[in-house]
Amino acid sequence: MCRVVDLQQAVLAKNDRSAQELRDELTARGTVVVNLLSSPGSGKTALLEAELSLARQRGIAVAALTADLATENDATRLARSGAPVKQVLTDGLCHLEAGMLRSHIAGWLPGDTRLLFVENVGNLVCPASYDLGESLRVVLASVTEGEDKPLKYPTAFGLAHLVVVTKQDIAEAAGFDRAAFLAAVQQVNPGVEVVFTSARRGEGLGVLIDHACAVHAGHVPHQPVMARTAGQGHVHHHDGVVHTHS
Amino acid sequence: MHEMSIALAVVEQVEDAARSGSGDAAEAVRLQVGELAGVVPDALRFCFTLACAGTVLDGAELDIDPVTARARCGPCTTEWDTGMPPQLCCPNCGGATADMVSGRELQIVSVRWADRPAHDRAHVTEER
Repeated sequence: MCRVVDLQQAVLAKNDRSAQELRDELTARGTVVVNLLSSPGSGKTALLEAELSLARQRGIAVAALTADLATENDATRLARSGAPVKQVLTDGLCHLEAGMLRSHIAGWLPGDTRLLFVENVGNLVCPASYDLGESLRVVLASVTEGEDKPLKYPTAFGLAHLVVVTKQDIAEAAGFDRAAFLAAVQQVNPGVEVVFTSARRGEGLGVLIDHACAVHAGHVPHQPVMARTAGQGHVHHHDGVVHTHS
Repeated sequence: MHEMSIALAVVEQVEDAARSGSGDAAEAVRLQVGELAGVVPDALRFCFTLACAGTVLDGAELDIDPVTARARCGPCTTEWDTGMPPQLCCPNCGGATADMVSGRELQIVSVRWADRPAHDRAHVTEER
């Protein structure tokens, strides 16, 4: 004998609740979280270091939290920008969760921070499933990674508000096919903006900051098809503001 | 691989249900896993077995209902299977503003609980 009892709960409901609470809290104090996702070696840290420096030049209060399985090397690099930086060691965990971010922010994040960049663990699979309470989710890919990367990691690219291509300075040497990459992005995330950057040459760096500042000012970011639901089930809402579909 | 985190989240929620009186021992858990949920069913099954050990789900089965990803274009009302990798531009009008009809589910549907012996049921009632 047995009984079947309906539960009907999203598996990640706890993380999603925690993420929404964090987003609400941070929005209320004027901080926007930018979640950066990419595979290892795509140039997240180099880009972020350049972005932090540029934001500071523009007088924008920025901070960064960087997650890795081990080592504090990234925090050391990012701290050169002069921005407050915190290293999170995940001790082997392949992604950040909202509760982890919340506990690391508590007592550390300066009250006047306008943009908090979170450098997720280098991984395009697992971090895609976890809303961290960000208002802008950005996925990075370098020109050396292959134009079909968005098709191989559709959830990561499909849920992004903005796509950033890095290492544009070596695109020609790498034989990067820009049109093929753009087509792959558009297939999984139609309408998303793609920005081409080079941290080394300082190219395209202002666009990410402009987007983050626009969200801070109340602008609704691009709404990916994958995040828009007409049905039921677990869907991420990582924007924190009222949707207006254009 | 985040399937272990997913498995632990399932176990946590079923244990919460047990604490709130739904049952004492879970025999099976039914999940809906959408094609675009970013979860690999076989990896999840493997992790689920490990995550259940020593809990009210010890030895429980995991039944996974796969859900096909489908999208619907608002302007032209075309509905299609997105496939994998997904095609999220409308195949009819090329529109970029579709909604997902299904395919992003990662949902605990139900739990099959072992029936309690009659005296246990009375005991639980008394405790309340």
